[in-house]
Amino acid sequence: MSDKDDNKMTIIATKGTFDWAFPPFIIASTGVAMDKEVTIFFTFYGLNLLLKDTSKLRVSPLGNPGMPMKMPFGPKWLQKINFGPKIPNILWSIPGTEALVTWLMKKTMAKHGVAKLEDLRDMCQEFDVKFIACEMTVELFGFNKEDFIDGVEFAGAASYFDEAATGDHHLYM
Amino acid sequence: MADETLDASGLNCPLPILKTKKALSKMSAGQILEVISTDAGSVKDIEAFCNQTGNKLISNVEDGGKFVFTIEKV
Repeated sequence: MSDKDDNKMTIIATKGTFDWAFPPFIIASTGVAMDKEVTIFFTFYGLNLLLKDTSKLRVSPLGNPGMPMKMPFGPKWLQKINFGPKIPNILWSIPGTEALVTWLMKKTMAKHGVAKLEDLRDMCQEFDVKFIACEMTVELFGFNKEDFIDGVEFAGAASYFDEAATGDHHLYM
Repeated sequence: MADETLDASGLNCPLPILKTKKALSKMSAGQILEVISTDAGSVKDIEAFCNQTGNKLISNVEDGGKFVFTIEKV
């Protein structure tokens, strides 16, 4: 086993909501910046993270009690209130709430200097993170390969194992 | 005196690290990069970055809410 292989890392990205899109790209881009060789295997809902158009990604407040909900603007006293535990879950089934909460999360992220999703993904590619899309779930969910960004490989679980055969750093997200 | 300066003020994790990596990749061995950050997490993170990549963290100074790192490229 060469040193380079020991330095390898893989991530299985399975979630397709706006919030959970961040961890795989943050860890992967930081990994390559720290001289690791990183592969992300996108499967099931994680495939959404490879779409050219990520504007449809949403964060869902429904059944998501761990999500703090604070206003990213307005007077200081208002920004301090965590509305999450105060709002009954049933209200989140009203149409439009997902879009509203996603918009507020984007505002909050921008205010805190968090990178935009597309920028993080671009940096991953610039630093040569390998993106593999699970061929089976692409077909299962009827995704069009043309809708994915360039530079994505299409392969199956066996290819993931080939990537993960070396290295000692493998994460499931 | 630094050869290059990177102002990562206002940026949050992992951007200061990614920009540091980019800046260092354009420099040659022995040159000095100064990184300015307002992200408190970058104090530990720049140290960890240097540990893993072998670049040398020469100094790390806090100056009124700003963190100034001096890194020598290997």
